[in-house]
Amino acid sequence: MIITVASGKGGTGKTTVATNLAVAVGKGTTLLDCDVEEPNVHLFLEPKNLRKTPITTMIPVVDQDACIQCGACSELCHFSAITLVADELYLFPNMCHSCGGCVMVCPAGALTEGSRELGELEIGQWNDIELISGRLRVGEAMSPPLIERVKEAAEGRELVIVDAPPGTSCPVIAAMNGTHYVLLVTEPTPFGLNDLKLAVEAVRVLGMPFGIVINRADAGDDRVVRYAEEEGIEILMSIPYSRKVAEYYARGRLLVEAMPEMAEAFGGLVEKIRAAVERGTR
Amino acid sequence: MKEITVLSGKGGTGKTTVTASFAALISNRVLVDADVDAANLYMITPHTVNSEHPFEGGSLPKIDIQACTHCGDCITRCRFNALEKGPRLNRIACEGCGVCAHFCPEGAITMEPRVCGTWFNSSTENGPLVHARLGIAEENSGLLVSLLRREARKQVEATGADYILVDGPPGIGCPVIASTTGCDAVVVVTEPTVSGFHDLERVAELAAFLKVPVMLTINRWDIHPMMAERIRAFAKEKGMHHVGDIPVDEGVTAAMVKGQPLVTCSDGPAATAIRGVWQQVVNFLDDKHGPFKMAL
Amino acid sequence: MKIAVTATAADFDAPMDLRFGRAACFLVVDTETMSWSVVENTQNLNAAQGAGIQAGKTIVETGCTAIITGNCGPKAFRILTGAGIKIVTGAKGSARQAVEQYKAGELQESSEANVEGHWI
Repeated sequence: MIITVASGKGGTGKTTVATNLAVAVGKGTTLLDCDVEEPNVHLFLEPKNLRKTPITTMIPVVDQDACIQCGACSELCHFSAITLVADELYLFPNMCHSCGGCVMVCPAGALTEGSRELGELEIGQWNDIELISGRLRVGEAMSPPLIERVKEAAEGRELVIVDAPPGTSCPVIAAMNGTHYVLLVTEPTPFGLNDLKLAVEAVRVLGMPFGIVINRADAGDDRVVRYAEEEGIEILMSIPYSRKVAEYYARGRLLVEAMPEMAEAFGGLVEKIRAAVERGTR
Repeated sequence: MKEITVLSGKGGTGKTTVTASFAALISNRVLVDADVDAANLYMITPHTVNSEHPFEGGSLPKIDIQACTHCGDCITRCRFNALEKGPRLNRIACEGCGVCAHFCPEGAITMEPRVCGTWFNSSTENGPLVHARLGIAEENSGLLVSLLRREARKQVEATGADYILVDGPPGIGCPVIASTTGCDAVVVVTEPTVSGFHDLERVAELAAFLKVPVMLTINRWDIHPMMAERIRAFAKEKGMHHVGDIPVDEGVTAAMVKGQPLVTCSDGPAATAIRGVWQQVVNFLDDKHGPFKMAL
Repeated sequence: MKIAVTATAADFDAPMDLRFGRAACFLVVDTETMSWSVVENTQNLNAAQGAGIQAGKTIVETGCTAIITGNCGPKAFRILTGAGIKIVTGAKGSARQAVEQYKAGELQESSEANVEGHWI
């Protein structure tokens, strides 16, 4: 089972929920950090035996001697990543979306598939938990292919928890796609609710079961609870606001350390999700 | 005219709260909400929408089923698994590369403009607000941000504004790069947490890469004063300009619930601090010996 | 000699456009006679990405030897210099004034891109 922890708004506690959930389940859990622009899981669960491998994406490589300057690739490319200008073929690798069209269309066999580094895949261990994360190279714009590679690295695992990036556009969709359940973390503020609604729309587009965790539950008002009731969305857990939790978080420590009474609730969360997924597939 | 982009790296550090307050403190400015993925600025910036426009970005294949012979060529060629048996388009997976259309032996596929969202021209008490809503699961957020910034420049010509203030998105990816490229300075709003610090390092690296000077403010600095001190030391080492910090204040959520910028409805500690931070931002931008002496 | 200048409208007396890839249009000018013609850039204004690259290609195809503009990013710069076209910046005023400043030798040729690429 793959559970994605997501939220429209940033800073609502995605990483807190993902890490504490993984720790509560413990053995046999794989935790994926798919917030590749700003990966944070390693700050709370420091990985041991860390292995790093580059993650690459396909880009064309040109054999200038074989190129007949016909311009077919240049015409096909919607992204100007390969452009013929006055008999000179220019490649702009960071514009390339890796569609492979140029290689397919070249009549002279002058283009082959090469690769370009997007970032790094990091695999490590924290106690009984396997940690897999992606880290986008700074200055690189395209995170979705990197997110997909991170998810591929966890294929075949029993229980996978995905820490998704914030928002509702392509990187988040890439993180949620193909997972079994989405846990939406929100806070009871106007921003929290607004962004929760957007996230709910996004999950509904993908059509998977989902539920809500309210973080800092007593810090705002009851609008998120009212919204969930109106929409018939299950609230799986509420985490109270506590200055102590904020201070523990600031130091890179877990919520269950600050509030040991929450450990049981996190343990129960997985069972609730499992039940919801089974209801959904029946 | 100066263009300032407010960033954070990490989400939820108070970027929008700070931006909305800055915007309320400037008498003549153009405000841009570049967090097109989860726009919040308009919620605490009283405004009137004057016009709304569709946002087209990239293209999408349109399949003429009458002409299709179901050869499956498009499905095999698509690297994004955006075409399923039928052929049926999975709009979410499609990158708009046009490979399917180019190779279709029957010419049954054409590429058409893709509508990805809506953008708005609004007015507020002290200048225009340019904002947008990117469609759910849509692409091209970077392009939309560039469009908003272009529109903001037009508004500067029309209003003679002194500043463009951009509320940037979290992260360091495509829309952040589009928000930051070519602006005069960045203000990073961070928080004194391990993740706030880590994400600040990444966003600072990006700003250096884009050759934009960085100012820094630490929000809720008193959650972890020692971490705040470490962040200040880091900022100094990296040549960032520290423009003061903002304390924890329950008035912040209260202002958000009221739908107003903090500085217009509070005289509490956070509002007072933000006024001080903005003054330091102005001083930095006006410093004849600072990063803009070349331009003066 | 034929040179190009980025302009905010299809008029020699319109203010020059400081953008290159997303310039409103290009004016191709014969510096001897000061006669001019318009090369549209409409397609690029809303291009998803690669406006600078495509604009560079357009300028190369006009056969101009120099382009007067405001900001030129690294990708366009690579294409223009690759084709031996001079990139001239620092002009002020209308497109006509920009060309006059160029003829008077008041403008400098750029040796590198003066803005970062927009990445999209």
